[in-house]
Amino acid sequence: MAKRPLQEINAGSMADIAFLLLIFFLVTTTMNTNTGMQRKLAALPEKDVKTSVEMIKRNVMIVLINKDNKIAIGGNPIHISNVTEKAKLFFKNPNNDPNLSEKTSKEIPFFGMINVTKGVISIQNDRGTSYEKYLQVQNELVRAINELRDEIAMEKFQLHYNELSGNKKEAVEEIYPLAISEAEPMEIIKK
Amino acid sequence: MSKFRKKGNKQAPSLSTASLPDIVFMLLFFFMTVTSMKEVDLKVRTELPDATEVKKLENKSLISYIYVGPPKEQYKKKLGENSVIQLNDEFQEVGDIAAYIQAERDNMDPENKAKMTTALKIDKSALMGIVIDIKQELRKAKALKISYNSKKVDEIQ
Repeated sequence: MAKRPLQEINAGSMADIAFLLLIFFLVTTTMNTNTGMQRKLAALPEKDVKTSVEMIKRNVMIVLINKDNKIAIGGNPIHISNVTEKAKLFFKNPNNDPNLSEKTSKEIPFFGMINVTKGVISIQNDRGTSYEKYLQVQNELVRAINELRDEIAMEKFQLHYNELSGNKKEAVEEIYPLAISEAEPMEIIKK
Repeated sequence: MSKFRKKGNKQAPSLSTASLPDIVFMLLFFFMTVTSMKEVDLKVRTELPDATEVKKLENKSLISYIYVGPPKEQYKKKLGENSVIQLNDEFQEVGDIAAYIQAERDNMDPENKAKMTTALKIDKSALMGIVIDIKQELRKAKALKISYNSKKVDEIQ
């Protein structure tokens, strides 16, 4: 019995179908990527319970941004490019300066007993501060912490902080936590 | 007996379109992978600020969005130039955020509720006043995980 030749499927309209799909996706989708700085807000204090966390003055670095988008750290005006350096110095306190953050010894996996800073950075801003400037300052502060984490990760594991795996990453994060507090809203009196 | 035959009525060979579907499919897959579905029709301008230390937000189903920015051209007459809040497809007030968060939370699986993140897409021209108000509302609604959405750049000018 002679074999009948296979009937070929007409693929001529395939291109049209594909174009249709392509155009559909072009119209309904966007290119935007979801990247952002992740933060945790402080929970509101419970009613009738006055929670006042006493912080020793030297352990708090106040970063102030006024409505003219001028930055001051601890009352002294500073340029945005110096914020990272200042924050790093505050957390690290290499010479145990009594004006910079305190340290306590803490047991941390992989590192053993190590000095951990008690410092917290507090950002305070005016209602008139621009969001762009505010985020820029936040960015500089996060950069400072990331650089410190990088340094210690390099020293201990010869790896960048981003390349560390689970436990090691957590250990590094425990030494340098993301200690940035977003203050309660307040009006900053313009000079 | 010339070597060159005379040109007859021969037609130009037609262009083969057999590979056209392949090319288009390739484009299609490219767009399917690099783009994401539009969440809403934006009625405000949200030009995100630049930042270097950003993280990618994973797991889209856990994210609810709050858009803040000056209204687009066609709404300017009604709303003016100042930054306004958009939730879902509508302009809303600060006071509506709590209800919005609650609605978003109800749509989530119970085990994911704690992981809910609020992504703030705020135009860079916005002032902190409105941002502070939103943050206070979110604290009241106990939606504490937030993300300041920003564009990833290598260097801030």
